[in-house]
Amino acid sequence: MQYVGKAVAKTDAIAISTGKPVYTEDLAPADALVVKILRSPHAYARIKAIDLTKAYAVQGVECILTYKDVPQVRFTLAGQSYPEPSPYDRLILDQVVRYVGDEVAIVAAVDEKTATAALKKIKVKYEVLEPVLDFEQAIGHRSVVHPEDDLHCNFAIGMDKDRNICSTHRVEAGDVEQELKNCDIVIEETYYTQAQAHAMMETFRAFTYLDHTGRLVIVSSTQVPFHIRRHVARALELPASRVRVIKPRIGGGFGGKQTGAGEVFAGLVTLKTGRPALFIYSRTETFTCTTSRHAMRLKLRLGADKDGFIRALDIENLSDTGAYGEHASTTFMVCGDKTLPLYNKTRAVRYHGHAVYTNKMPAGALRGYGATQGTFALESAVNKLAARLNMDPAELRLKNLIREGETCLVYEGKTLGSSTLDRCIQKGKALIGWDEKYPRRVLADGKVRAIGMAVTMQGSGIAGIDTASIEIRLNDDGSYTLLTGSTDMGTGSDTVLAQIAAEVLATSLDNILVHAADTDVSPYDPGSYASSTAYVTGMATLQAAEELKQKIIDQGTKQLALTPGQLSFDGENLTALDGSKSMSLEKLAELMVLGAGKRQLTGFATYGSPISPPPFIAGFAEVEVDPGTGVIELLDYVAVVDCGTVLNANLARIQVEGGIAQGIGMAMYEDVRYDERGQMQTNTFMQYKIPCRKDVGKITVAFEASYEPTGPFGAKSVGEVVINTPPPAIAHAVYNAVGVTVTRLPITPEKVFMGMKR
Amino acid sequence: MQIELYINHQQVLLTVQPDDFLVDTLRKQGLFSVRRGCDTACCGLCTVWLDGRPTLACSTLSFRAQGRHITTIEGLRHEAEGFARFMAAEGADQCGYCSPGFILTVLAMKRELANPGEADIIHYLTGNLCRCTGYQGQLRAVKKYLGVAECNM
Repeated sequence: MQYVGKAVAKTDAIAISTGKPVYTEDLAPADALVVKILRSPHAYARIKAIDLTKAYAVQGVECILTYKDVPQVRFTLAGQSYPEPSPYDRLILDQVVRYVGDEVAIVAAVDEKTATAALKKIKVKYEVLEPVLDFEQAIGHRSVVHPEDDLHCNFAIGMDKDRNICSTHRVEAGDVEQELKNCDIVIEETYYTQAQAHAMMETFRAFTYLDHTGRLVIVSSTQVPFHIRRHVARALELPASRVRVIKPRIGGGFGGKQTGAGEVFAGLVTLKTGRPALFIYSRTETFTCTTSRHAMRLKLRLGADKDGFIRALDIENLSDTGAYGEHASTTFMVCGDKTLPLYNKTRAVRYHGHAVYTNKMPAGALRGYGATQGTFALESAVNKLAARLNMDPAELRLKNLIREGETCLVYEGKTLGSSTLDRCIQKGKALIGWDEKYPRRVLADGKVRAIGMAVTMQGSGIAGIDTASIEIRLNDDGSYTLLTGSTDMGTGSDTVLAQIAAEVLATSLDNILVHAADTDVSPYDPGSYASSTAYVTGMATLQAAEELKQKIIDQGTKQLALTPGQLSFDGENLTALDGSKSMSLEKLAELMVLGAGKRQLTGFATYGSPISPPPFIAGFAEVEVDPGTGVIELLDYVAVVDCGTVLNANLARIQVEGGIAQGIGMAMYEDVRYDERGQMQTNTFMQYKIPCRKDVGKITVAFEASYEPTGPFGAKSVGEVVINTPPPAIAHAVYNAVGVTVTRLPITPEKVFMGMKR
Repeated sequence: MQIELYINHQQVLLTVQPDDFLVDTLRKQGLFSVRRGCDTACCGLCTVWLDGRPTLACSTLSFRAQGRHITTIEGLRHEAEGFARFMAAEGADQCGYCSPGFILTVLAMKRELANPGEADIIHYLTGNLCRCTGYQGQLRAVKKYLGVAECNM
């Protein structure tokens, strides 16, 4: 193949690397009003009075809005296909504030200093209510986070809001209790995974203006332009046709920008004032007033026979969705969907529990999306089972894992189309030196080196729901324009889509211009999330390119007056099979737009998959633990990935390395913490530690390609699966080093040290 | 107040407030490569050269640049593109938002350190955070750019 699989540089690489003005803030009009938000200092309160007199007296203040000035229609900010499974539990501004940082008033002024000055002069009287802060105490708490009666759900997601239950879910196959009784060994453990921040380098931002027809234009750093258009239209009570969303280059997303932030506030200011408005979240606001990963408590029971076959699995989950239910029910479901099928020698499996409301910052989508949390619990338990059986954990997995062509209890007869996870495990073992290093060795200075492992799966797109369209146009000069509504957030997906199209059309990569994500121009795409772009949008691209290629051949046949089947197309020239006539693509392109009765050629395809084929990864960690202090140093991390066909070797590798680093962060450093009043303590990079260059050690990445029959050129996704293995693999390595089982992330020296003293 | 300074070798006269930070002042001049990534001088995104040394523009008051030389990536276009190509070849540009600050630090390191090893490189660049790449691809790009041999840490 010419392009697919090659290490092609990103088409936007030089522009974004060298600081060209291509991001949202760079494009904002210089005269845009600066939007700032007054935020609640209380975790739970009712606004009794707001005095704006002194704030309005500040020179340069253009507009101040409170709950009295906004539409009263509830909506969700979750970037999901309509109808969203997330509850409509938000107002733009509400009289009730539900977490520290919840929005109280919107201020727009001529510049930032003026807006900030005005914020300080708004006087608010609150009736402070007792907050629900501990998610384990949320169900049946005497305070109810959402007492209002106009909250709406599009689906029966098992909400019981009077008991602070946002959603309920249950999947069951076989008799779990009976099978557990039959098992020789039952592992029972409760695992806690913490809230994690996305910490993308570009914080949330959007600017808005009215175009020449009075339509609201939103330029936003978002992963989901079409969903933002729908949310904003609903929240501002506009027809969606009166809203246009444009996505420039994005400075990172990781799922954070799958949830709306700021667009409705800036949009409302523009509607009220008629002026452009710009809202940039500070780093502190991004930490405290957007979303984080759902913290979860996973009570897990795993039963096996004495030969090491896992026969029963029961996971009871409690998920903390915070003050609003964005992605609450779906992350909850994904946690089970991506853990129950991994080992398929089971006779009974069950996954059940609730997502609950608390008075903390809402949780939302974050790379891994529930699978990360589930993987920590499941893989930690499997490692514990290996220890109990005195069996090599790699062998235990090879014995139990689902393989290509097999089904499992929750797949309802469907079979797994592709997997090389077994080979990923074998290769990973070789790369890290498993057989020589497992489980530990004590160094001369008393420190202990040990290794650990974990495996995981994710999905590729959302089966039966998310559907992408692609249009590819043959331009008048013989070049192509590929129109997509998907959003490249740095992963290089625009480049990968161009590679797919270039492969089919046998043209060079620079002959394809990718125009991404403008809701006025792009065909519909649900956006970039759920590991869908390469797989779902990629398949649409493949089909659109094939359609266009056929049209080119048909038109060439007509123009050269040949009979069908007598023409070959090599990407540049159309030639009669007998060599008698030929025409360049450039000439054909010109003829298609010139003169009467012509038709510019376009290929168009819409693709949605009935299945979500899982990519797989095997992760191996080598750590050095100081038994005197509990300090853990991560020396090496080996990851071997099955993402089907690797579409771009370098971009895939970086996706893996970046995801592993983010997983290392979750495993060892990152923790969104609150004080006893619900104020977030980790609201800057001073307190919230993402890994720096010295923290990640060495990351080794390899691929074991499989061929996914339903994916473009055999490809599956790679974006999310890569974050899942570090927490359980590092926990396993720490256990192998010093015998301490850490069940509550992150794995800090304190926990290891205290574990050793116990 | 008025200050006189050199931005990318051009002498300019600017009016700034006493509490203006250099990051905002430079952006107002259209130098959009200079970016604010945090509020606490932690991330390195806003790195510029102040008299040739990498400096955080988010925590440098603009008036302190009086009479001094500021260099942004716009002033090092050729050299920056040269290194950016190494980044692109590794796929290590990713979202690109941290790249200008990172590249300025790399180019300063090239001037400052003679024959740096892998550990020296990692140490020099530690103040520049990146959430996308996991740092490995950036390290490969830097080593290839500087001609540093592969070695184990």
